[in-house]
Amino acid sequence: MSAVRCVDLCKTYRQGDQDIKALDHVDLEISDGGFVCLSAPSGGGKTTLLNAIGGLDKPDTGEVWIAEQRIDQMSKGELAALRLSQIGFVFQAYNLIPVLSARENIEFVMQVQGQPTALRRDKAMAILREVGLAGLEDRRPAEMSGGQQQRVAVARAIVSRPALVLADEPTANLDSTTSDGLMALFVDLNQNHNTTFVIATHDQRVMGYAKRLIRMLDGKIVDDIDQQAA
Amino acid sequence: MAVNIISRLAWRNVWRHPRRTWLTIGAMVFSNALLVFMISIQFGMYGLMIDNTLKAFTGHMQVQAPGYKDDLKMRQVVPDAATLAEKLRSELKLDRISARSSAFALLSSEDRSYGVQVFGVDPQYEPGVSTIPGLVREGRFPTDNNAQEIVIGKTLARNLRVETGDELTLLGSGRDGSFAAAVAEIVGIFDSGVPDFDRSIAEIPLGFFGDVFFMDHAAHSIVIVAPALSAVEEYRPRVEELLSPADGLVVHDWNALQPGLKQAIQADISSAFFMYGILVILVAFSVMNTQLMSVLERTHEFGIVMSLGVTPGRLGRLVLLETGMIALAGLVLGALVGGLITLWFGYKGFSYPGMDQLAANFNLPSRFYPQVTVLTLFLGPVFVFAGSILSALYPALRLQWVHPVEAMRSLQ
Ligand SMILES: Nc1ncnc2c1ncn2[C@@H]1O[C@H](COP(=O)(O)OP(=O)(O)O)[C@@H](O)[C@H]1O
Ligand SMILES: [Mg+2]
Repeated sequence: MSAVRCVDLCKTYRQGDQDIKALDHVDLEISDGGFVCLSAPSGGGKTTLLNAIGGLDKPDTGEVWIAEQRIDQMSKGELAALRLSQIGFVFQAYNLIPVLSARENIEFVMQVQGQPTALRRDKAMAILREVGLAGLEDRRPAEMSGGQQQRVAVARAIVSRPALVLADEPTANLDSTTSDGLMALFVDLNQNHNTTFVIATHDQRVMGYAKRLIRMLDGKIVDDIDQQAA
Repeated sequence: MAVNIISRLAWRNVWRHPRRTWLTIGAMVFSNALLVFMISIQFGMYGLMIDNTLKAFTGHMQVQAPGYKDDLKMRQVVPDAATLAEKLRSELKLDRISARSSAFALLSSEDRSYGVQVFGVDPQYEPGVSTIPGLVREGRFPTDNNAQEIVIGKTLARNLRVETGDELTLLGSGRDGSFAAAVAEIVGIFDSGVPDFDRSIAEIPLGFFGDVFFMDHAAHSIVIVAPALSAVEEYRPRVEELLSPADGLVVHDWNALQPGLKQAIQADISSAFFMYGILVILVAFSVMNTQLMSVLERTHEFGIVMSLGVTPGRLGRLVLLETGMIALAGLVLGALVGGLITLWFGYKGFSYPGMDQLAANFNLPSRFYPQVTVLTLFLGPVFVFAGSILSALYPALRLQWVHPVEAMRSLQ
């Protein structure tokens, strides 16, 4: 079964009197349990593609399928419900709600998901331990390092075991050691829970962790490498 | 703490900018306190106005023949009025009940004649239902129910060019339509301060009235004063029960007897509440401004949580919850401050320059003691609260059109 399938995606932005093809006839299929890096220079269309896959933005033409469900024609409400239950997002930075502690940031999403109160706290504590933040649960984002904040964001994204995690340059603000730690966490989740990862990055180190590396340029897929075979 | 995360989030968001929040709460507290004070004074004034007006003459309720109230026909009577009044006094255990009759008559002195309304009143019980007996400034009020005596207002006395001790001739028509005439000695002149009363009212003992106007033990109304204005609703059915169905009498409350009073108050309420409305709108706009700012500066954050699957509707409710918290603080503190200020003035008394003038015109005391009631305490603040929530609807609804991707592109 495929976790993600994109068929002939196009998305054009107008900047001044120029048309910019952020996605130019993109076809892509990612199977369950995939660990994919999207690599492209800045402006290559990574974010646009991730947003289309996550239902945050609609392509001009083409189809997006998530777990055999076509999502590009869904309503806003259906998309929100889909993201809440099946997709975890991690962004570059400033991911967290500043007035909530690490644990509360995670519990907030679980409450929106409608999980019972008693369960929420336990799950939040467990996931914080899993991402290596045991003992920091009461810290606010401002009291944590960038790496710790990203770990909280990851914990929040995966706490309800989504099938798919989309990460948009998750290591862009991290030093190399912290980046390695975060990637090790992703790899671990991918191996132990079969979570599918799609990670947009232009960080060479991150690409090294991927099972599959997709290179984009000006909205087109220019290279698709199976790194496991290598 | 088992408070759910969303309330906790709302609470902390409220205190992200403590100074801004306190300014908003301050505006609410100020207007709420002002409203509590103003409305307490206003309603207190109405109470006094009603009390004073009714105390003068009308009483809280009157038993009458149906239709009498509107055309004052001599033959629409309460039969055996003295007996009925006595029965009501003993059954209701109320002292302040008195029978009364009235007729239009021509009053003539040696020099002049004036058409006036002559009331037959029970000398023993009238002082309980009317302030006029106590306002006799010259001479005295009659004490003998059958004495051929008359009391008139000071303006009327001046117009007739008479003083106490003089005699007046009374001409009118009796209950049966026959010619009625009598001579009465002026024993007292009252000064009520109400121009209408002082100019066109005369009172004679009820027994004497019965003889002159051939009333045959009947009267036109039985005036009842309940222990309090608020007790009228309670007493009215009890009075109705004590009337014999054969007589077909009706009970009118003060509202029916003095329709102008309520209208005057309602007119005053609408003009006052127009002003209050403007105050509420001003507060509402300041809340709207604050909440718009607070939503705008969180655009990035909202974009993030929306991309996690949190719907704009839920974020809108969060904004409303935050506004509710601010508005609740404003309501509680405002009602508290307003209530305390009002209590203080209720104890010390309140007056402002020019109020003496106004008070004199309306026959009110010049020092005024406002009273806090649940109504005056919460009426204004509840409107401010509702206005605040309503004004937060706009920033909350705007979230509906926020696009997560655009929102995240905006800087923190
Ligand atoms: N909302 C937008 N309005 C106009 N142009 C946009 C918008 N979003 C993206 N673009 C343009 O589309 C292209 C692809 O952007 P993006 O997907 O963000 O690339 P990447 O994430 O690889 O840096 C860029 O040229 C960018 O300037
Ligand atoms: Mg990008």
